[in-house]
Amino acid sequence: MANSTKSAPAEAQKPTATPASPRMAVIAPALGWLIPGAGHLIQKRWIRGLLLMISISTMFILGLLMQGRVYLPNGGDILDILGFVGDVGAGGFYIVTRMQGWGHGAIAHATADYGTKYLIVAGLLNFISVADAYHIAIGKKP
Amino acid sequence: MTLELSHFSAAVLFSVFASVVFGITQRNDPTEQIRYGLYCFVMFAGGVFLAGWVMWLLRH
Repeated sequence: MANSTKSAPAEAQKPTATPASPRMAVIAPALGWLIPGAGHLIQKRWIRGLLLMISISTMFILGLLMQGRVYLPNGGDILDILGFVGDVGAGGFYIVTRMQGWGHGAIAHATADYGTKYLIVAGLLNFISVADAYHIAIGKKP
Repeated sequence: MTLELSHFSAAVLFSVFASVVFGITQRNDPTEQIRYGLYCFVMFAGGVFLAGWVMWLLRH
């Protein structure tokens, strides 16, 4: 009896997630993939969205500036396929990069391989960000 | 324009960005997000130092 009276206020104080419209569960992840962080911004998670946008965008841009390699769609080596999957996670950045023909320069210095890894990880981090935006949209996360 | 970072600065920048995303996405409460982000950063940066010393020991 005593337990039940104590646990009720504690339950009431828990932060609750508010489920958004079903349409948001589609729009937020799609927008978040296209523009990193936008899936959070559209759901008014301003600080989280901005931090995600800055982190993922900066990482991708630094990867390009470090002469990282951008993977093209391919059916060859498994690591090349995985590289493409990682790169494509960056969404709009990957599309713009392909359209501009960036990321295919000859590697001229030792740390250029970091650039390739930056590009892949930026895409993979954006996949996590997209999943987070979806969880917010369905009310699983506050 | 080409950017040439040292191994260390590239690793630290990588740690910062990855930690921010991990902190935001893997925890719900803002305080927990900051703590987890810092924890990830320390683990990343600590891993870099540890790997560096292991390589130094192997070399000598």
